[in-house]
Amino acid sequence: MAEAHIVQQEVTPAAVGWEPRIIAFLCYWCSYTGADAAGTARLKYPPNVDIIRVMCSGRIDPELITTAFAHGADGVMVCGCHIGDCHYISGNHKTMARMPLLKRTLVDLGIEPDRFVHEWVSAAEGEKFARLVREVTERVRRLGPLGWPQRMRERGVGCGMSLEPWGA
Amino acid sequence: MSEKTDKAGGNGKLKIGMYWAASCGGCDISLLEIGPHILELIEVADVVLWPCAADFKYQDVVNYPDQFIDVCFFNGGVRNSEQEEIARLLRRKSKTLIAYGACATDGGIPALANTKTVEGIFAASYHDCPSLDNPAHVEPQPITQSEYGELEIPRFYPQVLRLSDVVEVDYQIPGCPPQAERVWEAILALVGGQLPARNSAVKVACFDKSVCDECPREKRKVKIKEFKRPHEAMAEAGWCLLEQGFICMGPATRSGCGALCVKANLPCRGCYGPSGEVQDQGAAMIGALGSILDASTEERAREMIDHIVDPVGTFYRFTMASSDLKGRR
Repeated sequence: MAEAHIVQQEVTPAAVGWEPRIIAFLCYWCSYTGADAAGTARLKYPPNVDIIRVMCSGRIDPELITTAFAHGADGVMVCGCHIGDCHYISGNHKTMARMPLLKRTLVDLGIEPDRFVHEWVSAAEGEKFARLVREVTERVRRLGPLGWPQRMRERGVGCGMSLEPWGA
Repeated sequence: MSEKTDKAGGNGKLKIGMYWAASCGGCDISLLEIGPHILELIEVADVVLWPCAADFKYQDVVNYPDQFIDVCFFNGGVRNSEQEEIARLLRRKSKTLIAYGACATDGGIPALANTKTVEGIFAASYHDCPSLDNPAHVEPQPITQSEYGELEIPRFYPQVLRLSDVVEVDYQIPGCPPQAERVWEAILALVGGQLPARNSAVKVACFDKSVCDECPREKRKVKIKEFKRPHEAMAEAGWCLLEQGFICMGPATRSGCGALCVKANLPCRGCYGPSGEVQDQGAAMIGALGSILDASTEERAREMIDHIVDPVGTFYRFTMASSDLKGRR
């Protein structure tokens, strides 16, 4: 009886037709312009990345990243200006300290390190951005779907395990 | 027993209940911490369920009409099927259901088990614990055949859930345990009909700002040079603990406790959960820590971060079940 409620810790085989969904947070001044440069130069990269432009990588609250995973993202990318290039002088210094700490926490929570990528991309590095997206998409594809929302629903989060009211 | 129930039946007094699920019992004690006010409470209210303090049976609760209990304080998270059943039962029988304490609100300490698997928890509890003598490797089974027939014990769930994961909750009172002064204010507001509109997201008996807002320590606006644990160094009195390198959850924690721990020279552990507008306390703390590290290179930042022991257990100590990710995969 109890066994039916215990979710086995198995590697989910990649579902047929499944495509990785990756959320990328890019800073306005360097990385987004870098992604733009990739587009202008007609560089090819997979369409699995949903780009969210923010004014500065220092503005990316770790909560945005945990929320992305919790709502079904298979991978998350965070890109900002190289250290020393921040338009706001020290915004990316904060990103530099936050992201490794967040990554350690995510790994402890069972999210593979390859699913969360933090990299500096300057406005001129369109080639680097396209390469990064290709690499990350490939790595996440190999890992398979993360499926956090389904997993939590199976464990009763939000609805409990028994839907029957008791004492009726 | 039946006398109590009868008396509660029709004397016009408020009927209050207090139930414990996956909790330590500290919440029950904290309600008594209101001290002499308990006499005032008894003036206006009758207790109709309180397993910790009085002898009521589940069947008594089943026999109450629906919505019989005016205010039910529910402490503890939901770890097994019994607790879920009683949570659903009390929801039916209560006009106002309040998640009381960190466990019912955010999962609390028991929800740290969400970072482990059920198999791991059973192995640790029934096989690997050094003080254990279990040569037959017995584990509790939900159903056991015995000479008295089929015996059933509650099923163990794969995850600790907070109360609002199972039933609709009217208010939440955070804290481990909630501070008596705040609780008494909330009870007065409740009796006087002054609580805000019912909403499971509404936290009462606390404030919206962070613990830093109540903290008397001096902020010198210096960055963290290295991380220390409380047993590794003496904290300088009167100076912000975080700036001294002790991981104090103050910036990411809701106020209401009156900064009790920091006043006792100990870093805040984060029991009141995330402050207003924040969902994920751990992520908020990572954000706060990241902006005050004294690291000029990525390598240095990594070095410092490696000195943090158990980041998940530190940042999500009381809020694993209400965090974004809610547990380990």
